[in-house]
Amino acid sequence: MTDERTDRPRPGTSPAEDDRHDRTDTGRAAVLGRIRAALGDVPADETPADVPVPRAYLRTTPPDDIVTLFAERVGDYRATVVRCAPEEVARTVAALLERRGVRRVVVPDGFPPEFLTRTDADLVRDAPPLTVRQLDAVDSTLTTVAVAIAETGTVVLDAGPGQGRRALTLVPDHHLCVVHPEQIVPDVPEALARLDPRRPLTLVSGPSATSDIELRRVEGVHGPRILDIVLVTSGTPARPETPETSETPETPETPDTPGART
Amino acid sequence: MSRGSGGGLDANDGRVWLGTPAFPEAARTALADTQLRHNLRHATTTIRAKRLDATGEVPHWEELREAGAAIKRRTARHLDHYLEQLERSVTEAGGTVHWAGDAAEANRIVARLVTATGAREVVKVKSMATQEIGLNEALGAAGITAYETDLAELIVQLGEDRPSHILVPAIHRNRAEIRDVFAARMGDWGRAAPQDLDDDPKALAEAARLHLREKFLTAEVAISGANFAAADTGTVAVVESEGNGRMCLTLPRTLITVMGIEKVVPRFADLEVFLQLLPRSSTGERMNPYTSLWTGVTPGDGPQDFHLVLLDNGRTDVLKDTVGRQTLACIRCSACLNVCPVYERTGGHAYGSVYPGPIGAVLTPQLVGVDKAPSLPFASTLCGACYDACPVKIDIPEVLVHLRARVVEADRDRRALPTPEALAMAAASAVLDSPTLLGIAQRAAAAGGRLTTRGGRIRRLPGPLRRWSATRDTPPPARETFRTWWRENRERR
Ligand code: SF4
Repeated sequence: MTDERTDRPRPGTSPAEDDRHDRTDTGRAAVLGRIRAALGDVPADETPADVPVPRAYLRTTPPDDIVTLFAERVGDYRATVVRCAPEEVARTVAALLERRGVRRVVVPDGFPPEFLTRTDADLVRDAPPLTVRQLDAVDSTLTTVAVAIAETGTVVLDAGPGQGRRALTLVPDHHLCVVHPEQIVPDVPEALARLDPRRPLTLVSGPSATSDIELRRVEGVHGPRILDIVLVTSGTPARPETPETSETPETPETPDTPGART
Repeated sequence: MSRGSGGGLDANDGRVWLGTPAFPEAARTALADTQLRHNLRHATTTIRAKRLDATGEVPHWEELREAGAAIKRRTARHLDHYLEQLERSVTEAGGTVHWAGDAAEANRIVARLVTATGAREVVKVKSMATQEIGLNEALGAAGITAYETDLAELIVQLGEDRPSHILVPAIHRNRAEIRDVFAARMGDWGRAAPQDLDDDPKALAEAARLHLREKFLTAEVAISGANFAAADTGTVAVVESEGNGRMCLTLPRTLITVMGIEKVVPRFADLEVFLQLLPRSSTGERMNPYTSLWTGVTPGDGPQDFHLVLLDNGRTDVLKDTVGRQTLACIRCSACLNVCPVYERTGGHAYGSVYPGPIGAVLTPQLVGVDKAPSLPFASTLCGACYDACPVKIDIPEVLVHLRARVVEADRDRRALPTPEALAMAAASAVLDSPTLLGIAQRAAAAGGRLTTRGGRIRRLPGPLRRWSATRDTPPPARETFRTWWRENRERR
């Protein structure tokens, strides 16, 4: 990116004038004051926990085979799912890259090297970080995922090992990710319970799409046009382990343990 | 009307498009536009069917709605607490929080932040809040060009048009019209459309992709709205489909998010409710293609400078009204638009409000004051379809009736003597407020054959309503009488 900040625009209305103003937080005091005045009907001793939030929605029964459900649901989004045995991953990755005509592919740190042994595409590392232009010049990105959601056919990236920063799965036109069965959870609540909110999170459900023109769905407006998912099948599909109970100090009534659903 | 010049939008108040005719008049014009009605009917019927499939598939859908409504109720009743908590969390995560009492203040803050970066251009993710405050126009006045990056918003911006739907703002345009707008205007804003552009949606989307790519790859500042923000962690969420949101939220160095104060939710875990309710209610999908969640700044990944602008702009007035308060629960899914018989026939422009449809009919008069949008609470049949569809169970008919009474009061207060219209309104609202009276009026009208309809619209109301109906058309209740609705929804409580 070129730096053009030497030539500063002359502001039309003089925002500089407001600098001090905003810093003294008059807006803050005014807004909070108005909120408190508006809530005159709320008893002074009412706490947030006094307003009940029923969580009956958590009591759903996931299907036995969430791995198959995940594969079906991803398919509904016009993403490709290829199931293969652990020893077949490298070959499957190579075949998919070839099918998509990929010549240069970004591989984030932490992506398992054993999945890369069969492809002859150029492997590009993101260290030092690629510029946006350099990233725009590669064809594809390979990643692992943090969590996958069966009910919605979603993969979640959290910039952890094997996933890289967010731009990697956004700028190139093709995204291939490898999903292991133990990463698949039945639904959105379980997925969020497994994730760390301090990391940047991206939930991906199929390739980018628009329906803005006469509601006709068109794939790949700005994000990757093609999403390939390699689903590693390790014998009988495994049940996901139960995630730890999240701390819920504010809502003691919440049966937030996903264990309660079975 | 030009967006750029600010001529179409009133400089003082972007929430209501002053100078546009009041709803009854605008609706009559819209009704005469057959192309518009065709586009609208096609769109609303399609989305409606998809939404029913998507929500019907979830066995615990009603429980999710209950939870969504309850979380929003808890948030509203303790809004100051959650906003202060959100401010702490965002600040701890490396972001900066700003508070804006009104549109002018919000625009000033954003313009100042953009100017400080030295940038003259910003890329924008579609957001109702920034539309509400007329941010693009304010930035324009400060010498900053704002590029809308959502495909539909791009169509609206290039066509110097106004959005007509929350979710699909260019729903009133067909592909031939879009092709013409792209061919004529893209070159003025950046990369021109290809010479041989045809009206295939694929080709149109590709033209938009190429046009915007240049902007995404060079933009230094992005402006977004927020669908949700979790107070406990400071995590902000944006849901979208096209990837333009991710582009804006990820590539530029500076990110400015303008968020209505009602968008805060207590906990990160609460997102589990809304990330289920929103996509299914909105586009009828199990999940939208992309959801971005970020907490402050992450070194080496995404914007390194993050600002969250918390916007009041009339929301505390809504909060004050214990009946109207529930309106703040709205997650802008647009389900109520797609099921509304009035919206389906008139389209979004007729409301003359940034928020169209049933939600616009209740939210806008509350944000700007009922005296500034007095016809909007009447832009409804009170059929209750919006309430059934709303994923957070906002009782829109209840709020409508409540606001109708307030319109009449405001009218009475403003004038020394009640006008004939105010009297008729009072009679109407007395009847509409009373299930027995309306039931009697409707049955009497039906039995006596005195209810004359033309083109499916009631021309003349009986009894005390006659003077009111003489000056406007009343759309007939679509699915059930108000009385039936009342019995099912109000008396059972
Ligand atoms: S009022 Fe309800 S249905 Fe309408 S947009 Fe808001 S959340 Fe959706």
